[in-house]
Amino acid sequence: MQGLLAWVPLLPLIGFLTLVAFPLFNRHEPSQRTVACIGVGSIGIAALFTAIVAISVFWKNPSEIVNIALWQWMLVDNLELGFNFYIDWLTLVMLMVITGVGFLIHLYSVGYMREDADFRRYFAYLNLFVCAMLILVMADNLVLLYLGWEGVGLCSYLLIGFWYKEPANGAAAQKAFIVTRIGDTAMAIGLFLLFYEFSTLNIPQLTAAIDGPDINNEVVTVACLLLLGGAVGKSAQLPLQTWLPDAMAGPTPVSALIHAATMVTAGVYLIARMHPLYLLSETAMTTVAFVGALTLLLAGFSAIAQSDIKRVLAYSTISQIGYMFLALGVGAWSGAIFHLITHAFFKALLFLSAGSVILSLHHEQNIFSMGGLYRKIPLTFICFTIGCACLAALPFTSGFYSKDHILLSAWEFHQGINILWLAGILGALVTGIYSFRVLFLVFLGREGSASSHCNDANTPVMTIPLCILALLAMIGGLLAPPLQAVFGSRPDEDHSAWIEGVAIAMPLIGLAIAWKLFIYQKKSGEKRSSIMQFWFSGWGFDWLYEHLLVKPFKSLAKINHNDIIDNLYKGTAALSRQLNALLSSSQNGQVRWYLATFAVGSVLFLALLVAL
Amino acid sequence: MTLLAIIIILFAGGLLAWLAERYFQAGGRWISLISLLFTTVLLTNYSSFITSTEAITDNTWWDSLKIPWIPRFGIDFYLAIDGLSFLMLSLTIAMGIFGLIMTWNDIQFRRGFFYFNYLWTLAGVAGVFTAIDLFLFFFFWEVMLIPMLFLIAVWGYERRIYAAIKFFIFTQASSLLMLIAIVGLAYIHYINSGQLTFNYNILLEAQVPSDIAYWLMLGFFIAFIVKLPALPFHTWLPDAHTQAPTAGSILLAAILLKTGAYGLLRFNLPLFPESSILFAPVAMTIGALSVIYGAMLAFAQNDMKRLVAYSSVSHMGFVLLGLYALDTIAIQGAVMQMIAHGLSTAALFALVGALQHRLHTRDMQQLGGVWSKLPKLSAVALFFAVASLGLPGLGNFVAEFTVLVGSFRSNHWLTALAAIGLIGAALYALIMMQRVFFGKLNKRLEKPIQESNTADLNVRETGALLVVAALLVLIGLHPQPIFNISDKTVQMSVNKIESALSFQKFPPKISPLQVHSSRVEPTSIEDNTP
Repeated sequence: MQGLLAWVPLLPLIGFLTLVAFPLFNRHEPSQRTVACIGVGSIGIAALFTAIVAISVFWKNPSEIVNIALWQWMLVDNLELGFNFYIDWLTLVMLMVITGVGFLIHLYSVGYMREDADFRRYFAYLNLFVCAMLILVMADNLVLLYLGWEGVGLCSYLLIGFWYKEPANGAAAQKAFIVTRIGDTAMAIGLFLLFYEFSTLNIPQLTAAIDGPDINNEVVTVACLLLLGGAVGKSAQLPLQTWLPDAMAGPTPVSALIHAATMVTAGVYLIARMHPLYLLSETAMTTVAFVGALTLLLAGFSAIAQSDIKRVLAYSTISQIGYMFLALGVGAWSGAIFHLITHAFFKALLFLSAGSVILSLHHEQNIFSMGGLYRKIPLTFICFTIGCACLAALPFTSGFYSKDHILLSAWEFHQGINILWLAGILGALVTGIYSFRVLFLVFLGREGSASSHCNDANTPVMTIPLCILALLAMIGGLLAPPLQAVFGSRPDEDHSAWIEGVAIAMPLIGLAIAWKLFIYQKKSGEKRSSIMQFWFSGWGFDWLYEHLLVKPFKSLAKINHNDIIDNLYKGTAALSRQLNALLSSSQNGQVRWYLATFAVGSVLFLALLVAL
Repeated sequence: MTLLAIIIILFAGGLLAWLAERYFQAGGRWISLISLLFTTVLLTNYSSFITSTEAITDNTWWDSLKIPWIPRFGIDFYLAIDGLSFLMLSLTIAMGIFGLIMTWNDIQFRRGFFYFNYLWTLAGVAGVFTAIDLFLFFFFWEVMLIPMLFLIAVWGYERRIYAAIKFFIFTQASSLLMLIAIVGLAYIHYINSGQLTFNYNILLEAQVPSDIAYWLMLGFFIAFIVKLPALPFHTWLPDAHTQAPTAGSILLAAILLKTGAYGLLRFNLPLFPESSILFAPVAMTIGALSVIYGAMLAFAQNDMKRLVAYSSVSHMGFVLLGLYALDTIAIQGAVMQMIAHGLSTAALFALVGALQHRLHTRDMQQLGGVWSKLPKLSAVALFFAVASLGLPGLGNFVAEFTVLVGSFRSNHWLTALAAIGLIGAALYALIMMQRVFFGKLNKRLEKPIQESNTADLNVRETGALLVVAALLVLIGLHPQPIFNISDKTVQMSVNKIESALSFQKFPPKISPLQVHSSRVEPTSIEDNTP
């Protein structure tokens, strides 16, 4: 039964290879039906296998750990790495999210991409992505994890730039890859440091090694911070968050799968996986918490100012992952993972509903051109509303349970009012405002310019995933996974009612503010106050990086385009030529000149002889 | 005898190819292909050594052949093969075949002479990788140079003469230094022991005063890093690569650059362990700077071939860094990088050649949006660009990762600096994809594409490229066989270094190495106790 798990990442890989190899054996492009069967089927079976193993092996025993050794990857000196999988409940949860939500999004994509000529290429990339993501979460050593880590980055790059004919998409794709690569490089250096210190990169061995007596805490801190560098890159946290809003250039299901539900939460997974290491370093933990708190606020305010429906969702993703980082930073490991799960449900739901809106409006994404759509696409409206309610954490939705867990942990962490908890509470208010703002602007109120030619584009393959996700988003709060075996259990504490009250009240206040601002006095999208403009631009980070890094680098590259070192050799060559010209000018064929120089030379020579 | 046969077949094949042109236009390439395939068959003689590397412990060399050549000066025609030589020789033959197949129809004039030069270059390189007499090594070092010069100067592009002369002067000037160093080493050994010899195995034990050894080491070092090429001697490479015909670029990138790296590992480290230890920080700095500088210049280029050429400078910087980290893992990584870079860059040059053959330009300002017209070629290019930026799962990652992991143990900061090259690699690889393959179809391309009815990759090209791609995946996922094959050679160099360290009792400045040396199994230290 456990052997099935090895098939879980293999199946999407087979799907990818089949789809890619098609033109080698067949001159004609395969039919959409064939492609869909391979692309969706491979993930479907993977999801099925995961479910079977989850029920048969893990359900009874929460502390079950499955090791699957495939083959020796590298064995050089004392560097020993295997192509091995390590599955505990944390991995299993990730597996279920990736294959489950992944399957629904694949299914939805069949409908969404039905008119695209590059249908096969799309599903090939998507399958490769799922394979890499599965390897990332199943890896038993950090290098194999890094393989998946870079693999998902590549697929993200390819899918953001999927419509490659538009140069802007290519630019967004490059930006995503390069910004995350900066984080990845920090992470790679972190791996070198860990290997230097502990002589192993195997995760269970590492966690065992740090129980040892003489642990150099400074090294651990630096290593944790370097790994955090990788995590903030992949999870779009400060200061590497700038790529995610631009990444919305990809097809909407891609945004749902990669840039909301799975890949961007890899950073959370990494830190949760390495939590024994982080527990050793207070500095690292505090940094994680503050990165999260700061990001969730900055991104939340930016979301209020956006006018593109997908960019609102992108900033809200950054903000929600900020909550997860906050949870990690205060040691609420299972709280972070729980929020990761519920977020995967409701954010995938939101993105897919947004996709239906966009498709129904013939690729219109500006929320100020929408409005009053609830009558035209009612099912999408209901799904989007459920998603918004979860995002804002209205009571009894899944988002409420997970976010409440995080806020309480932040409260407990300092036993009272503290800056992290305040950031979380303020963030909850902001979340309420921006999520209902987009709901009201798109579905309620007056009809916008694009609303009139709205045709419901939903087909059954799209509505089924939407409905399932809506259901999951509603009841997801009851699905808290048994992660005590991985993270250890924490005692439940009693909280005074008012803390809960504040947490419940904040989204409702946000809802009220959004109602007041965007239903009663609908503002036009064109004019923004300067603060809104600042938020709209994502707090000017793009501008800052453009002037601080990109432009200097580009101009430096341009100045040195011809390789300044070559001038050394060109100079030598020119000098030799000059000398050659000088000497050859003496050989001019005039006897007079020869005689004169001969005479002068003789005199000089004699003089020299005499002088010496 | 196998080694001699391989080299003779290549030389003779070259002559035959030249002669055959008179009678049969396409004869040259068929003769080349047949002789290369024949050498491949000969190489399989050594398959027993690959499978059972553990069993043969007493002898360093798998096979050797020694014929007195100039006995008066103690010069022998001495060929030998070990794991490292075998890997390099296999790479040489494989990439020789790959280059031949990829440019099957490219050569339009003086075909016989072209294939003569092609095979003679390969023969020279094969000699370099197997010669164990230092004088013979130098002989082959020169043999591979001249035919390569002709390949560039006769069949190259616009500025071929300039590039060919530059290539020649750089290599020739640096190999002069090596000649002096070789003669100097033999002379000092002669004075000390009364035996005049150029035999590598004997010279390994030569006792050279450390100040002289330092200078001799520098002579070898400069010759090798010019070939590598590393900063600041790299400037011949972009010109030579850009102007060489596609087949020439493939040979240069895949094989000729590796002779420099091979020389460092085979000669510099074991012959001069003490000086190498002293010099290591400088060499590692050069390596790390080459990584960064090469990447930056690759990013700045408009010519696609120059971009790939500068990326070679960056990749070979990892080799230099890894070798001089003087650490088993790093040196193993450097060997791996030699192979992975050979495969990936050769394929990239082949693709640029294929693109230029079809669109008559390699200027990225004139290219763009090629994917929509040539999807197969573009997809394959994507694969190799991604390999070149070091995506895990492909060979280059294994190489770069092991180099960096190992180097980190000897020098944290330089390794961290070199790791920034990973970002640089992403920059140049992606900018190339964007400027050439993605985006809208460049208007200047519409005409040539319509007129010439441009075809995508054909079966011959696709097959050759897919084989190389499969090799990269194989190395990326299962590199262990290669690590095993090169293990003994690497271990020999490392042992030399470690015994030098333990004799000299260096100040604690180089503590990481001492920590490292204490970990080595006792058996390997015993081997080297005189």
